[in-house]
Amino acid sequence: MSHETIVDNGLLRFLTCGSVDDGKSTLIGRLLYDSKAILADALDALAVSSRKRGLEEVDLSLLTDGLSAEREQGITIDVAYRYFSTGTRKYILADAPGHEQYTRNMVTGASTADLAIVLIDARKGVLPQTRRHLTLAQVMGVRHVVVAINKMDLVGYDEATYQRIRAAVEPLAAKLGVTDLQFIPLSALKGDMVVDRGGQLGWYAGPTLMAYLEGLELGQEDLDAPFRFPVQLVCRPRTEALLDYRGYQGRIESGSVARGDVVTILPSGIRTTVRRVEFFGRDLLRGVVGQSVTLHLSDEVDVSRGDLIAGSVEAPARTRDLNATLCWFSERPLDPMSRLILRHGTREVRANVTAVLGRMDLQTLESVPAEELTMNDIATVSLRLQQPIAADPHSWVRSGGCFILIDEATNATVAAGLVLAQETY
Amino acid sequence: MTQTLTHLEALESEAIHILREVAGQCQNPALLFSGGKDSLVLLRLAEKAFRPGRFPFPLVHIDTGHNYAEVIAFRDQRAEELGERLIVRSLEDSIAAGRIVLRSPGESRNRHQSVTLLDTVEEFKFDCLIGGARRDEEKARAKERIFSFRDEFGQWDPKNQRPELWNLYNARIHPGEHIRAFPISNWTELDVWQYIEDEGLELPSIYFAHEREVVVLSGGALLPVTSLTPVPAGAVSVRMSVRFRTVGDISCTAPVPSTAKTLAAIVKETATTEITERGATRLDDQTSEASMEQRKKEGYF
Repeated sequence: MSHETIVDNGLLRFLTCGSVDDGKSTLIGRLLYDSKAILADALDALAVSSRKRGLEEVDLSLLTDGLSAEREQGITIDVAYRYFSTGTRKYILADAPGHEQYTRNMVTGASTADLAIVLIDARKGVLPQTRRHLTLAQVMGVRHVVVAINKMDLVGYDEATYQRIRAAVEPLAAKLGVTDLQFIPLSALKGDMVVDRGGQLGWYAGPTLMAYLEGLELGQEDLDAPFRFPVQLVCRPRTEALLDYRGYQGRIESGSVARGDVVTILPSGIRTTVRRVEFFGRDLLRGVVGQSVTLHLSDEVDVSRGDLIAGSVEAPARTRDLNATLCWFSERPLDPMSRLILRHGTREVRANVTAVLGRMDLQTLESVPAEELTMNDIATVSLRLQQPIAADPHSWVRSGGCFILIDEATNATVAAGLVLAQETY
Repeated sequence: MTQTLTHLEALESEAIHILREVAGQCQNPALLFSGGKDSLVLLRLAEKAFRPGRFPFPLVHIDTGHNYAEVIAFRDQRAEELGERLIVRSLEDSIAAGRIVLRSPGESRNRHQSVTLLDTVEEFKFDCLIGGARRDEEKARAKERIFSFRDEFGQWDPKNQRPELWNLYNARIHPGEHIRAFPISNWTELDVWQYIEDEGLELPSIYFAHEREVVVLSGGALLPVTSLTPVPAGAVSVRMSVRFRTVGDISCTAPVPSTAKTLAAIVKETATTEITERGATRLDDQTSEASMEQRKKEGYF
C-alpha cells in the first residue's frame, strides 16, 4: 500500500488545548488552509496555482465557521475532529474545549493523541489553564507536547516575551515529568512559523509548527514495548477446506510478534508459541503495533474473546486489586452502591471502587483528600475486581494500563482509568 | 514491512478493529450497503476483518426506489460475489403501508429513509447498524462517536453522547435500543479514493467522468436530468463531462464537472478541490444549516 512518489509517514493524532481567546480557531484554520497547498504540491496536482501559502489576507474564519456554529448551538462541550493531509502525513486533530468544566472532553481527546499543542497567548503568558492543560496531557500519557506561543504579532515579535514565557513553563513541565517539550513562537493570524517561517521571527532557530509535526518520529516507544494482543474473536470457519483453521483475531496494541515467539494466554497463564501471523490470507514476517491481524498458535489451547495474548517475557501479572487514576465523566457522582463494569482490552469484569485516595486540585495541581467523585474529577482510587485482569502500569505499557468503567444500570461510560500499581492476585 | 504503518494501513487497521468489536459486542448487527463507494470500502474491510470466515452480519440496503440502475445492479453483483446475505427493504413498501406519506410525488425521498430504516431495525431486531459515514463529511458528523448510541425511538442525542476513550468502545444497550457503528469515521474523501485505488476496488461506472445532460443551477450545483428530475421550466440543459462524488437518491445527489476517468485522476481532483463532498453534491443538506443534525436526531444514517 504505497504511492511510489510520496513517502508516507503515517498518521499523527493530536490535540489542541486552548480557548478561542488564545487564537485556537485561527490556528486550526491556518493548518487546514495551508496544508491543502502542501498536499497539492505533493500530489503535483493541477489546481495549485490558485493557492499560495502564508497569505495574510486569507479569511480563515471560512474554515472555522463550523466551530463557531457549534458553539452557538451549545454543543461545544464535545470534541470535534478535523482532518488534513500533507501528502506525506495524515493528521487527525481533536479539538477539545479548554475550560475546566470540560475536563472530561479534553481527556477524551487526549486518550488517542500522540501530541498535544498547548496554546498560550503571548500577551497573557502562563495562565491557570496552561497548567491544567499540561497536567491533563501528562496524566493521559500524551508523549509529545508543543507549547505554541501565539499572537507574537501583537507583542512586536519580541524575543524577550517568548523567553519569559518559556522560562515560566519549563520548570512546570519538569515537575510534571513532561519529557518531550517543544516551544514555538508563532502568529496563526499572519501565518508566521505555522507553515512558513515568515519574516519577523528571525531570532527563532527552531522548526515551524508544520515542520515539527512532519518530522516527528512516531510509534517507536509502542513498538519497543512488550507484546499485547487482546483477543477480539476466534475464527473457526469449520468448512471442509478449513476444518483445522483456528485463528485469533485482534489488534496488536503494543510491541510486535513473529512466528516462533513464546506467548502467554491471560488470565489462564498457559504458554504456547505463535505459529502464524496472518493478514487477509497472507503470512507476515512480523506483526507490529497498530496492526489488526489473525494469530495462529502451536497448541490447541482454550482462548476466547476477553483473553489477552502477551509476550511471555514481561507478561503482565493477574490481579483483582488495582490502584488507578480515574477521570470521572458522569454527571452523577460515584455511588458506592452502583454496579460497575470495568472494560480492559476486550475483557469485562465487575468492579467496586473501594477507596478514594485523593482528588487532584486542578488549580494547585496538588492531591487533596476527597470522599466522593463528581463530574470532571481526576482522582486516585483503589478498585476491587470480581475476576482478575492482566494489566500493566500505564506508565510502562500505555495500552495495557487503560480501562473504562461502565454503569451496569444505565450502560453509560462513567470513567476513564489509568492503572498505577498492581498487586498480584 | 516497515516498522510504522502508512496512514492508510493505520486507518484500515482501526476500521478492522471496530468491525471486530461490533461482532464481539453485539448479538445481531447488520451492515448498511448501498453500492456506493464508502460502503464498498466497508465490504473490503469486512473481508479483511473476518475472512476466511463468513461475515457475522447480513448486508442491508434501504432502497428509496430512486437509485441509479447502475448502482443497484452493482450492489446485487457485489453481494453475490461475496456470497453474503443481502436484505433489501424499500420505501415503496413503506409508502404503500402508509408508514410514509409524501407531500408530493416528486419529493425527495432521502429524508424518509429513516422510517424504513427504523422499521427494518424493528423487523429484524438489529442491535447495531454499521455505516460508512465519515466525520469529514459534515459538521454534525464531526462530533459523532464511532459507536453511537440510539434510543428506543432510533434517535441520536448529540448533547448526551457516551465518552469514547482509547479504543475501548461501549456497545452495551437495553432491549429496543441500538448502536450505529462507523468504522471509517476517521477517513476523509481522499483516504477513501486512495484506498479504492490501492485495493483496486471496482465501482459503479457513474463515479467516473462521463457525458451527461445537466442543468446548471443558480448556486452552481448541477442538476442531473432524469425522469425524476426533468429540466425545470425556463431552464436550459447542457451536456457536459461529469462524475458523481457521492451516490444516493437521484432527487438529491448532484454530479460535479470532471474529466477524471481513472482513480488516479480522481485522487488528484479530490486532493485539490475547494468544495466539500456534501457541499458540492447534496441538494438537500443546504436547505438548512443544521439539516443533517436534524435528520440524524430522527434516526437517519
